[in-house]
This record gives sequence, C-alpha cells and structure tokens, in this order.
Amino acid sequence: MTDATTAAADVRELPPSETAGHAGLGTAGEVLVRSILPLVLAVGTGAIILAAIGVDPIQYYKDIWSGGVEFAAWQDSAMRTAPLLLIAVGLIVVFKAGIWNLGMDGQFLIAAAVIAGVGPRLEHHLPNAINLILLFLIAGAVGAAWTIPPALLKARYELNEIITTLMMSFIGINLAGILVKGTFQDPTTTTPQTRSFDFSALLPTIPGTESVSRRWPGIHIGLLVALAAAVVVWYLMSRTSFGLRLGVLGASLRSARHMGLDVPRLIVVSFLLSGMFVGFAAATEILGVKGYVRADWNPAFGLWVVPLVFLARLNALAVIPYVVLLSLVSIGGDFAAQNAGLTSKFTLLLVGLTLLFMALTEWIVRRVELGGSYLPGAAARRARGGE
Amino acid sequence: MSQLLLASGAFSTAGLTALVSGAILVCVPLLFASLGELVSERGGVLNIGLEGMMLMGAYAGFVAAYHGGNEWLGFGAGMLAGAGVSLVMVLFCVRWGLDQIVVGIAITLTCEGATALIFESEFAQSRPSLGAIDKVAIPGLADLPVVGGKGESNGSIFTQPLVVYLGLGLTVVVAWMLRRTHAGLNVRAAGDAPGALDAAGVSVFATRSWAVLFAGAMAGLGGAFLSIAVVGGFQDTIIGGRGFIAIVFAMLARGRPLWILAGSFMFGLSLSFADWAQAFGIININTDYFLMLPFVVILLVLVLFGRRAYLPAALALPYERGSR
Amino acid sequence: MSGPTTPEANGNLAVELIEITKEYPGVLANDRISLTVRRGEVHCLLGENGAGKSTLMNILSGMVRPDSGEVRLDGRQVEIHSPKHAIELGIGMVYQHTSLVPQLTVLENVMLGEAEGIRLNAPIARERLAELGGSIGLDVEPGATTGLLALGQQQQLEIIKALWRGSKVLILDEPTSMLTPQGVAELEQIVARLKAQGLAVVFITHKLHEAISMGDRVSVLSRGRLVGAIEPEELRSSTHDELQERIIALMFGGQAAQATGVAELTDEVEWHAPRRPAAAEPALELDGVTVVPGPGEIGAHDVSLQVLKSEIMGIAGVDGNGQRELAEAIAGQRSIVAGDVRLFGHSLGRFKVAQREKLGLRYVTDDRLHEGTVGSMSVAMNIVLKQIGKPPYWERGRIRNATILAKARELIARFDIRTPGPETRVGALSGGNIQKVVLARELSFDPKVVIYSKPTYGLDVKTTRSVRQTIREQAEEGVTSIVISTDLDELLDLCDRIAVMSRGRVAGVVDNGPNAQREIGELMVGGKAA
Repeated sequence: MTDATTAAADVRELPPSETAGHAGLGTAGEVLVRSILPLVLAVGTGAIILAAIGVDPIQYYKDIWSGGVEFAAWQDSAMRTAPLLLIAVGLIVVFKAGIWNLGMDGQFLIAAAVIAGVGPRLEHHLPNAINLILLFLIAGAVGAAWTIPPALLKARYELNEIITTLMMSFIGINLAGILVKGTFQDPTTTTPQTRSFDFSALLPTIPGTESVSRRWPGIHIGLLVALAAAVVVWYLMSRTSFGLRLGVLGASLRSARHMGLDVPRLIVVSFLLSGMFVGFAAATEILGVKGYVRADWNPAFGLWVVPLVFLARLNALAVIPYVVLLSLVSIGGDFAAQNAGLTSKFTLLLVGLTLLFMALTEWIVRRVELGGSYLPGAAARRARGGE
Repeated sequence: MSQLLLASGAFSTAGLTALVSGAILVCVPLLFASLGELVSERGGVLNIGLEGMMLMGAYAGFVAAYHGGNEWLGFGAGMLAGAGVSLVMVLFCVRWGLDQIVVGIAITLTCEGATALIFESEFAQSRPSLGAIDKVAIPGLADLPVVGGKGESNGSIFTQPLVVYLGLGLTVVVAWMLRRTHAGLNVRAAGDAPGALDAAGVSVFATRSWAVLFAGAMAGLGGAFLSIAVVGGFQDTIIGGRGFIAIVFAMLARGRPLWILAGSFMFGLSLSFADWAQAFGIININTDYFLMLPFVVILLVLVLFGRRAYLPAALALPYERGSR
Repeated sequence: MSGPTTPEANGNLAVELIEITKEYPGVLANDRISLTVRRGEVHCLLGENGAGKSTLMNILSGMVRPDSGEVRLDGRQVEIHSPKHAIELGIGMVYQHTSLVPQLTVLENVMLGEAEGIRLNAPIARERLAELGGSIGLDVEPGATTGLLALGQQQQLEIIKALWRGSKVLILDEPTSMLTPQGVAELEQIVARLKAQGLAVVFITHKLHEAISMGDRVSVLSRGRLVGAIEPEELRSSTHDELQERIIALMFGGQAAQATGVAELTDEVEWHAPRRPAAAEPALELDGVTVVPGPGEIGAHDVSLQVLKSEIMGIAGVDGNGQRELAEAIAGQRSIVAGDVRLFGHSLGRFKVAQREKLGLRYVTDDRLHEGTVGSMSVAMNIVLKQIGKPPYWERGRIRNATILAKARELIARFDIRTPGPETRVGALSGGNIQKVVLARELSFDPKVVIYSKPTYGLDVKTTRSVRQTIREQAEEGVTSIVISTDLDELLDLCDRIAVMSRGRVAGVVDNGPNAQREIGELMVGGKAA
C-alpha cells in the first residue's frame, strides 16, 4: 500500500477529540447538520409515535412548551438545568479522557442520601451559609469517593470501567435506600424518607425570580453554581495542560504512555472530578428543590445527559443550550404526559432517539467527508479493558 | 418460641424448595440474556443495548401471551422483539461501523421510553396479569425432596416450564457450537482477528450480524420469561438492570457458557436467599442488603479474577476492510 | 513489456492483468499496469515502498476493486468481488502481516473458511494438513496455538492455507521481510517445490537481489507504473551486475541524481569501519534487564549491553523477539523485574518516562500512528506534546499558542516536514512526514541517547535516506543511538556494532565489517531456528 493509502485508511480509524488549530465546527451548514438535525429527526419520529398511539403530537409538543416555559414554568426548567448541567460537566471530564463513567446514578443517589441525612442535623448548629457550603462539599466528596473503586481498579489493573462503574452504581442505589430507611430515617413519619430541611435552610434564590407554580420562592443559586462549573471545566479542558493531557489519554492510551503522561494519576483524577460534579448535582437538587430524599427516589438523570454531551462534542459551554433544552422538555414533558394520560417517560424516548439519529447523521457526514467526528472511537478500545 | 418455630420452617422441605425455585426464577432470564451476549461478545460486538432488548422482549412477550392465551406465543414474540431491536445494532454498528457503546446506550434509552409509553397507553387502567404457566415434571426426579418440586406452585429444579429445560440445553448447545462447528469458529475469529476471517473468505459482517441477532433474540426471550413466567405481568422497571448484569457475566465467563450457568444460578440463589431469610425470620436485616450482595460479589470476583478476564481482541472495534 | 498473449505461452497463462488503474485520494496507486503470470513460474514484482505493488495484489486478491482495467484468469475475463471470490477462483494470497488468528490452533486456522457442513471435521483436516505439509516440507503441530509459532512457521502455515483451498496462483507479499537468512533459504526451497507442482507464484519484494535470485521473470514498478520487465531468457543469460544495472536504469531512467536512491535496493551496502569514540564511556548500560512478557510476547531475559557515547548500536533480530519490550523498558514505558538500566552511570531505577525524557533519553517508536503521534492533533501540538505543562510552551498550566507555533515552524523547516501548515492534523500527512514529525519531536530539546525502532519501515526511498542521514548527523553531534531494525542492510549501513536478539536474549554483539552479515546470520540461527 502506498503511504497515502496507509495514512488515509488509518485516518478513518482515528478517534475524535478536540482538534487543535482547526475550528471544531467548521461551516454553518456542518453545524446545522451535526448538531441540530438529530434533534429535529428525533422530534419528528416522536411525533409519529405519538400519533400512532392516538395522541395529538402537535398538542403534546405545545403542552411541553407551555409546561416548560409558560406561566413561569421556565423557572422550574431553570432549576432542573442545575443538576443536569453539573452531571454533564462531570461526564465531559471523563469522556474527554476516554473513560466511561456510567455510574452517575449511584454516585448521585448516595451523595443525595448522605447530605439529606446529615444536613438537617447540622441545621441549627451552624450559620446557614456555612452549612450549605459544607453540605455541598460533603456531597462532592461522597460522589468522588464513590468513584474510587472503579478508578483504582482501572488505574492499577486496567479493569474495564463500564462494568465496575455499573456495579458501583447498583450498589450505591441500594445503599442509599438502606441509609434512608435506616440511619437517616425521619423519626416523625413512617414513610421511608429523610427528615426535611427547613425552608429557611435551603439554597437562597436568585433575587427577582419567582416560581409561581411551586412552593419555592424562586430559582435557587444552584443554577449559578452549575453555570460557573461549566465555565471552569470549559477553561480547564480547552486552555490548560491538564485538559490537553486528558485529551491525549482519550485519543490513545498508548500515545499517552509514550508521551510520558502519568496515566494512572490522570485516570484517578478525572474519575474523582467527575464524581465530585455529580455529587454537586445531587446537592443542588436536594438543597435547592427537594429538601429530602425518599427511599425509592431515583431520577436517573445520568443516561439522559450522555447524548447531550456528545452532541456538544464534549465542550462544556456548548452543552449548556442542550441541557436547557432537555430541562424544558423534561419539565414540560411531565405536564404534557399528564394531560395526555401518558407516562412521563416519553422524554426518555426522545433522548434515546436523539442519540440514535446523532449516530446516523454521523455516518452520513463521515461518508461525505473525512473529518473528525464526535463519537469516541478510542473509547471503544478502552471498553474492552486497556490496550 | 414462635420465632424458633418460624425459623424451623425455613429448613423444611417446603422452605428449601422455595429457596431453590426462587433461585431458578431469577436465574433463567439472566441465563438466556447472558448466553446470547456471550456469543455476541465472542464475535466482537458489545451490546450495551441488551437491557433495552430484554425490555422489549418482556413487553412483546407479555402482550402476545396475554392476547394469544399461550405462553409459547409470548416467548416467540419476545424473541422476535429482541431480535428486531438488535437489528439496529446490526445496521449501525456492524454494517456502518458506528460506536457500539453509544448506539447501545441509545437503544436502551429508546426502548425504556417506548415500552413505558406503549404499555401505559394500552394498559394504563387495567394492569392485567397472567396466570401461572404449565410446568413439566421430569418423571422420577420430580419426586425428590427439595429439588424435585412436584406439585409445588413454583416447582423446583426438576419441575419447570419446558422453556427452562430448553435454556439449560441451550447452554450445552452454545458451548458445542463455539468449539465444534464452523459457525462457532467463524464467531471466534470475528472476535479475535476479523481481518483473518475476511481474508479466509468469510463475511465478517454476516458472522457478526448473526451473533448480534442471536443475542437480541435471547435477550428478548429472557425478558419474555421474566414477564410471563416470573412476574406474570409487565411494569417498566421489570428488567431492573439485569441486562447490564448479563453483559458483565458474558465478559467474565471467558467464552465458556458453563460459567454463565453457574454465575446466573449463584445470582438467583443470593436474591432468593434474601426473600427466604426474610420470610422465615431467620435474619432480620433489610432486604436491600441482599439486593446489594450480588453486585458486591461480582465486584469482588472482578478484582480477584477479572484481571485475567479474556476479552476478544477485536471487541467493540468496528471492522473495515482495507484498513490493515 | 509483456503483452497479454504470445502464442506459445497462451496455454500457460494463469493470470493476465490488463491496464489496471486504481486511484486513492491524492495518489495514483496503479497507472494502467499490464502484466501476466504463468503457471510453473515465479514472477517477481519489484518496486520500492509506495510503488503500488501491494495495491495491485490487493486487487488480485479481492480486497480492492480497480477503477478500470481487466483481469483475466485462464483467458476468461473475471471481476473479483471479494477475498472469498478470489479464493474460489483459485487465487491464494499470503499477506505480509499474517492473516491467521493468533488465538486459534493451527488446525482451526486451516479449517477457517471451509464451507462444508456444520461440524468441524478435525480428523480429515489433520490428515490433509500432514499431506500438504509434507508436500512442501513443513512440519507443524496441529494443536499448537498459532500466535506462539515462529514467524517463519506462521508464514508457511499461510502457504498451506492457500494450497488447502486449491489455489493455482500464489501471491507472496514481501515474504522475506520477517525471516532470518535460514528462513529465507527454506522459503526458496518451498517456492521451488510449488513451482514444480505447476503453481503460478507471484513474489512481491523491494529488494533487488531477491528479485534477481528468486524470479523467473521480473516486472519493475515505480510510482504506480510498470516501467519495465525482464524476460526469463534475459534473467538466465545475464550476470547479476548486468541485471542490476538494467533494473536501476528502468527505475530511475538513467538520471544520475536519482540513482543515489539505489543503495537501498541493491546489496551494495557501504559498511564503514566502526568509529570508536575517543573516550569509551558508556552512555547507556543494560545490566541483566528482564521484562515480563505480556500475552503473545516474548519479553526480555537477562539482557546486558553497553552502548558507548556517540556510538550507533544496532539491534538485529526477527520481529517479535523482545526488541519492543526492551525498548519500552529502557524508555520507561514498562517496568523491569530484574536488572538495571543506567544512563551515564546513573541508575534510572524507578524513573518514569517523563523523567527519563528530561535526562535526554528519547524513544522513536515504530508505531508512529497509534503511539508516536496523536493523529487528531496538529503537527505543532504533536511536536511539543512531550513538553506538556513546561515553559515556555505552557505558563502556569495555560497554553502559549504563539510560542508553540513558532517552534513548530522552526522544526518543520529543519526536518523538511511536508505539511500544509503547522496546524494540520498529523493524521492527514503521509507516512514519511509523520515519521519526520516524530523525529522532530524526539531529536529536539537536547537529546542524549535515542532509541530508534524500525525508523524507516514502510517509508519511500527518499525519506528513508533522509532518516538515515539524520541518524548519522545526530551521531556526529555526539548523540548515542540505538537502532532496532529487521532490515539487516540498514543496520550494516548505519551501525558501528550490532547486537543480535533472539528469544528475548542477546545472542551476541558483532562489530560492523565485512564478516558482519555472516556472523549475524549465525547468531540469529544459533539462538533459534526461524
């Protein structure tokens, strides 16, 4: 084979990651196709399915809009954005390194259970602000701690992290239930849940916002925390040497070793960061919205966020609009589902379809040009346990 | 005193039988799904969408059995549904070479949403359920204490619906197929060195496609068994992560189907143990601990033995001719 | 130029390629090539790397379809759709990189692809294996794991596979590149036997002396075109030197300037007397180094070696005898379980890759695409990739693009890297330029000891020359070099001394000189048969 052929053939196998130099997104047309088309197709297919089961799709989507945006519902959507964005940011950190942290749900729940249990006891001992910050940190620490077994197993023994994070996730979900029903059980009620925070102890709200439909006075500042996190992570990934190291690791484990990167340390650090952000997500949800945890509660935000992270090509800033959109759809979706007499899992369907269509448009685009994609090919290599 | 009386019941024939039969009920769906995934992974395709395929199988199986009145219709429908979903994997991943993990996640999400949606719309008010299905008692062996199960409502090892024996037989068949047939050789080559298979003149696409379809059908069958024979109904949380567990088992089995049988039974036993201990008051611990136990055990197994886990060399890598 | 038919040869024609053309983006791999392959004849296809030989054979073996042109088998025109189809048509291909499944047994590998029945028929297969093996002189355990066989045996197994399918045309793609001298001799015997059985053999090579000695007929390819052919009568009647001149003239058209590329094709290697540096201080010492092998590897066992400052030490040996494991251990990518590696007297002990880099130890890996560079990143980024986090390219963790680009431009000019710009993705460059990027990176920032692993593998003549020149220049400037290569000619051309590795051990060290080649051959064989 000629050199060019070898090079050309091998380029097709090359994994994506942020390309240095050349603009990641290229022409406007390319942006449209790769980032928006999958959504459009998913929405369209969703409409067809709705029609097939006898629901008026137009009305449904209108309900989503009104449930998600109108009558100050947009504030609820904004509040839903906080945990989703934090989880997205956490996933970006690991996915960039080619690591599949699929244990987000377990990390989320266990962090939530811990602060829901510990928080109310601290309530009256410390000033509110300190309390909240402390709880945030605890949540982050618990989330990070939950990633330690998979991280160490991967760093030392190259054990497949898909399996280990999934197992930890199941363990975490169950353990959270045990904690809520046991140590953290609210003594004043028989429902398996933790003691509620006082309202005054919850996260303060952004001045000027008002949530009419719910009992909370407004959008909590968790949203600001999430936005700040997104900016920080974006900077970290695209402008610092740390981000570059993760990118090299994500591109090729062998190259990373060859270039002298401390691969085990990178694995552990990125896992810990990821867990930390997921923990923060739990904190915003408990301290900002719910105030308590019921034993069987599991919002399972994790997998929802995965497609968004890829659509945004692992860019923490670009993922924000997608997360906002998902929040709108999920909040509005609950409302629309109620109206139509359907399960609220319809949102899940849309998200899954989006991911499928994204894979499809990827294939089409790849046939047309030999550019970089945003599906992690190198991560597949990692999926079978190191190289 | 009453505690003691209660506890002594645990070790009675009825009690132990319940333990064993409970184990089998949990074991069988997992067995089917894991066997299928074993073949698929051996061929180089990682099916993260297995959970979704089981779910579709559970739903389709339930609906077919409910409307058709016959569990075999249900099992067949479950297999078809699972295989149908796996067609997406075949097209996107085997044929077009897209990332197997991303597509797998997409399939699982879509199936979760779709089944929940369709089930709600059809059965939201009625919440139907199925009656118990027929069991076959193996003559002679079914009379044995504890493992015989004749006449017991849940049977035991030697009294089970026919499909269970088919499942056990399948374990042997898959083992034989991989070792001693051309199809099995092709699957192994597809997973280890697809380039060599291609050069030998065998279609890598076809081999992998069949492996994936088999996995889908088996997952669907496992799901259908769960909804028809175990639960007797459908709910959107029916699979509860078993699809992922099946993936793990397939990875740990190192290409040997008998390990899957052992693993699935162990898993079933530990879950059944939880109910059994609770029911007879032997241990008064939160059931959740027992629910957690299998996952902890798997993690431990991974740490101890997983380092030598044999994963096919070309697993999760799409094959492109000419890329050598 | 052999035309499609001559009356007397008609009945003998196994394969005719007529005006075959194949184009890849930016490259015309095959440009209207026509040639014929006859039964009972060895037809050598000679050309440098990149001349288009492999593409042509990929077309014949069904891996690739031509853009235009005709293929005729036994006079009938055919279109070869796939490898399966090619096999059915009687074309057997033995690839340069074996297409056997390493994890399966020998018997399973030969049975792979057989269409008969559901069950594997081991007894019959065993018989046939023994029979076919005997006919060409191969004896191999049916139950052996293929990946553990010696490379030479694996290749012979591939030949058996081709015969198994009843091939009438056998294509051997660079078969000697992985063999010891003895292995080459065995191969010659096998080819002679195949010829006697009436097979048509196509022998692809880039070594001129091989083409002349092995071939009954030689076709010369250059830059995608067939530039000449040498008929059997001429081969028989001319001397080696005459043929050499003729071929060189065909390839380079008599232009003296390009004839400088000849050295790589001929066996006229200019070995030079070893340059012993004035102060014989050891730059790199390996003392009983042992590396644990991973799956399918041999590892390194008790390797002791001393490389003197500014010396060029070669490491010869068939691929897969522990060279890579050793190189990675020296570079720090792998840990050693016994022994010591010393750099200028200081033990490297537990120093990791980055620290060894800083001390001046460099490693030019043979896997330039998947290890040596990150294809999705730019040329500039790849050049400074081992300096991540260090000033002046990074300041307190933040990237300094301008500084990086400036350095990149400087190195692009110095190493003559052909790229649209410093921000182009490395993956888009040709193999030769990717290698230059790797060299640019490793040889900058003050290198002291450099390990080169197969530095010219797969490169075209021009780049090969420039890489070797670079290695020499570095040595002139005092850099100590270790060159690992399977190309003996290359080692004889470059090195002062050559160590021979076999089975993970150093079989011996030879001073470069007129006897070197023979001595190396003996050491390779003495260690283990190919």
